[in-house]
Amino acid sequence: MKIAFNINGQPQEVDVDGNTPLLWVVRDMLNLKGTKFGCGKAACGACTLHVDGEAIRSCSYAVKFAEGKNITTIEGLGTAEKLHPVQQAWMEEVVPQCGYCQPGFMMATAALLEKVPNPTDEDIDNNIVNVCRCATYYRMRKAIHRAAEINRSANSITQ
Amino acid sequence: MNVKLLYLLLTALFVGICWVFANTEIKTDSPPLVQREMEDTPFDKMMAVLTHKRCINCHPSDNYPRQGEDSHVHNFGVRRGEDNHGVAALRCESCHQHENNNFSGVPGAPEWSLAPKSMAWQGLTRVEIAKSMLNPENNGGRTLEETVHHLTEHELVLWAWEPGIDANGNPREKPPVPKDEYIKAVKAWAAAGAKIPNE
Repeated sequence: MKIAFNINGQPQEVDVDGNTPLLWVVRDMLNLKGTKFGCGKAACGACTLHVDGEAIRSCSYAVKFAEGKNITTIEGLGTAEKLHPVQQAWMEEVVPQCGYCQPGFMMATAALLEKVPNPTDEDIDNNIVNVCRCATYYRMRKAIHRAAEINRSANSITQ
Repeated sequence: MNVKLLYLLLTALFVGICWVFANTEIKTDSPPLVQREMEDTPFDKMMAVLTHKRCINCHPSDNYPRQGEDSHVHNFGVRRGEDNHGVAALRCESCHQHENNNFSGVPGAPEWSLAPKSMAWQGLTRVEIAKSMLNPENNGGRTLEETVHHLTEHELVLWAWEPGIDANGNPREKPPVPKDEYIKAVKAWAAAGAKIPNE
């Protein structure tokens, strides 16, 4: 079946079995390799991306549900010239170790900050439940607070 | 009497007492479980479904969904959230879509969410669940007709008979009463006045 959606701001159409996981389409058909396969059962969060602004585990999201929607992957979160605050904070705090799970964490964090601009540690614990086998959780917590701070600074400048 | 002979006698006495207890049928006034399973009034059929894990897992009495055949607390610390659909960036829809996903084993149905806390059933008896279900203060202000509609036509409720497979490819357990029998039972119970038996 043909399925049309916008991905990272660009219109896209794929002809594929509608039950194919969105992750398969993103990685194998659209060649956007930043979104990772981790567990394949929506448990680890490595495949997290945004569908209409909501954080979604794409390994468990049939592509047919993406019809007409706006998808953002880690490649579309920011640009090399204009990093997303989460990307900037991740670099400042040198969060990644092996790095495999980090795109999923960053996408989950970006979704959190859209809804909870100044998250507490409890907000972070309740919302960011992805799995990192390198246990970079402590640095991620710092980076999430830092990203919120960068957002606040940017907002105060624009106001 | 020497000590060895005394030990032998006491041991024989102990073994004898154990044998008598092991072969004695203990009588109580309670109906045996088998009899309870054989009851098939509309109320019994309805409650056999409503107390099943496919229903109770999403009617918890706290703020954590349950999952699985053993009704364990949902993995990853998933929480109810203010609207019963999860918290800001970890919504039910983050993983659960409108239908089961056979690739991941994640279940799904329209409006996947927890029942509101006023509709908590976990830990209640059949009578308590029925009373709560009929109480407009607990049931979201539903009339009996609306409650029957929810119980027999809501897609999320009827998902219980299409529960799909888990992450290991094993089919989830369905409620113990077939769907059509359950629907008939709910309607018959309501039509007869939605009486709640004394238990």
